[in-house]
Amino acid sequence: MSDSIHLYDKRQEGTLNNSEKHFKPPKKRNALIQNFLRHWQLYLIMLLPIIYIVVFHYIPMYGVQLAFRSFNPSLGITGSPWAGFQFFDQFFRSPSSREVIWNTLEISIYTILAGFPIPIILAIAINEVKNSFFKKTVQMVTYAPFFISTVVVVGMLLQLLAARTGLIGRVISIIVGQEVHLMNDPAIFHDIFVWSGIWQTAGFGAIIYLAALAGVSPELQEAAVIDGASKMQRIWNVDIQCIRPTIVMLFILSIAGIMNVGFERIFLMQNPLNLSESEVISTFVYKTGLISFNFSFATAVGLFNSVVNCILLVTFNYILKRAGEASLW
Amino acid sequence: MVTNMKAVLKSDLSSKQSRTRIGSSAGDKLFDIVMYFGLVIVVLIVLLPLLYVLSASFSNPIALREGRVWILPVEPTLMAYEAIFRDPSILKGFYNSIFYMVVGTVINLIMTVLAAYPLSRKQFFIRNYVMGIFTFTMLFSGGLIPLYLLVMNIGILNTRWAMLLPTALSVWNVIITRTFYMTNIPDEIYESTMIDGCSDFKFLLKIVLPLSGPIMAVMALFYGVAHWNTFFNALIFLSSDDLFPLQLVLRNILILHQFDAAVVVPFDALIRRMGLMELLRYAVIVVATMPMLCIYPFVQRYFVKGVMIGALKG
Repeated sequence: MSDSIHLYDKRQEGTLNNSEKHFKPPKKRNALIQNFLRHWQLYLIMLLPIIYIVVFHYIPMYGVQLAFRSFNPSLGITGSPWAGFQFFDQFFRSPSSREVIWNTLEISIYTILAGFPIPIILAIAINEVKNSFFKKTVQMVTYAPFFISTVVVVGMLLQLLAARTGLIGRVISIIVGQEVHLMNDPAIFHDIFVWSGIWQTAGFGAIIYLAALAGVSPELQEAAVIDGASKMQRIWNVDIQCIRPTIVMLFILSIAGIMNVGFERIFLMQNPLNLSESEVISTFVYKTGLISFNFSFATAVGLFNSVVNCILLVTFNYILKRAGEASLW
Repeated sequence: MVTNMKAVLKSDLSSKQSRTRIGSSAGDKLFDIVMYFGLVIVVLIVLLPLLYVLSASFSNPIALREGRVWILPVEPTLMAYEAIFRDPSILKGFYNSIFYMVVGTVINLIMTVLAAYPLSRKQFFIRNYVMGIFTFTMLFSGGLIPLYLLVMNIGILNTRWAMLLPTALSVWNVIITRTFYMTNIPDEIYESTMIDGCSDFKFLLKIVLPLSGPIMAVMALFYGVAHWNTFFNALIFLSSDDLFPLQLVLRNILILHQFDAAVVVPFDALIRRMGLMELLRYAVIVVATMPMLCIYPFVQRYFVKGVMIGALKG
């Protein structure tokens, strides 16, 4: 055993001896080279994922310069002539830009305000249930929609909201007294989008809070009970306070997605009649870029989106960090 | 008089009991009632639409058209399902989706292990830099158009590779797997095997992989479900029908309301007009949802596990 350690040390020193600076502490660069020589296999293992990240994430980031060039397919991204801020200008001057930005913000803020607290409330309610069969059933049922694909959820929504054959459409038509086509009504598009999203993800979103609630120490609960706290007081002063870091963390993450209204679902829910309320940045980029082939313009809009997103994330993280709450970094 | 006294005594006793028994005040009881009632409502809100879709798909198209279907099937029939399984595009979609899911998940798992293992070792000097490079991609992305041009330039547009390579790795899943390795394969094991002359390759094959069973199950599910459900990449990268995954076929049927005319021909024109199309859409939803809804009760605990490992790191 000690023999092998000795050998191991020898081998390590071997590389040191070869270098001239034997008695000085090795410089950082030397340490790196040594580390590479000893663990070159780790570097080799990492090679494939690094190639993937560079090719499919960093090359597109480099391709973002397209936003400042007017794209010519025969010249390629780096060969096309510079255009400065022409496309950003074009976007902010166009009448659709205000509508698109406004819709994006409105839908995401609505999604956060309505969708963020619901999984927390659900998790707390499930956590309070004592009957384990009922608890399991509620969890099982509320997770279910998460496993249904977006296309099918939207398809289901269209069917259910249909004025003559859908469950919800018919109930509302009866209440209103005439056939109503809910999907064609721009005024309620945001409500439909947000609440169908909550239907799909609230149950699954509760998992993470349930995990956090499972970590709340029973001693704290017992102490609160002995002090005469009611259930509501225990939930507010013990449970919520204990899972607060989780809540803050997930809140920052949801802020990070504020400008990324899920493309798939909103794109599927769009129709020409509700477009005035349902066009958001991501769908706008897709249409101008890949349908109308204004590559540079679409890249510029997409870049604007990414930058705003990044700024929001960094800002909120900073504010919450300063406020002494949990933060991402 | 005596009975009256008894009653007073009894009520006094019971009120005393309720006061001394912990956690059962009137407010708490009300809380319980509201909570259980609320949860029952939530369960109904989730279940009713699913139940309605199921019932509608088995109902007579005329009854459906006339709005006579509420919760249970009316005049049950299987005609929609017969039509669906005659539709070649749906079967083809199933085949393609299974292909993308299986091959894609295998690629994902290999890549995830390859990335997560070195990043979990502190002997890997540049791991913090690599981690930084990886996580930055979660903050900022080049966007849709540069990615599309890249896929076009490397020549995989409208091929099966376009469904597999751009999503070969998810940084979030790498972080989860790395956390698992850091907590489950301690440095002591690594160091002692290194002293015994084990190479990193050997360590990966003989120690890391055999210990990764649970996390690989979780990852396979995360990636598998994502592959099965995605339609965006197919929408932008694929143009030939032969390659379409099920989700894109479903979109054509459910959202764009395009159905292969040949499927509907065997039924007479009247029934067709009376809502067979409507019926078909309900049945398509059921066929597309059933596989997942049948599997998920058995695998959901792995999902919960994955979410919890992820939460550990935040």
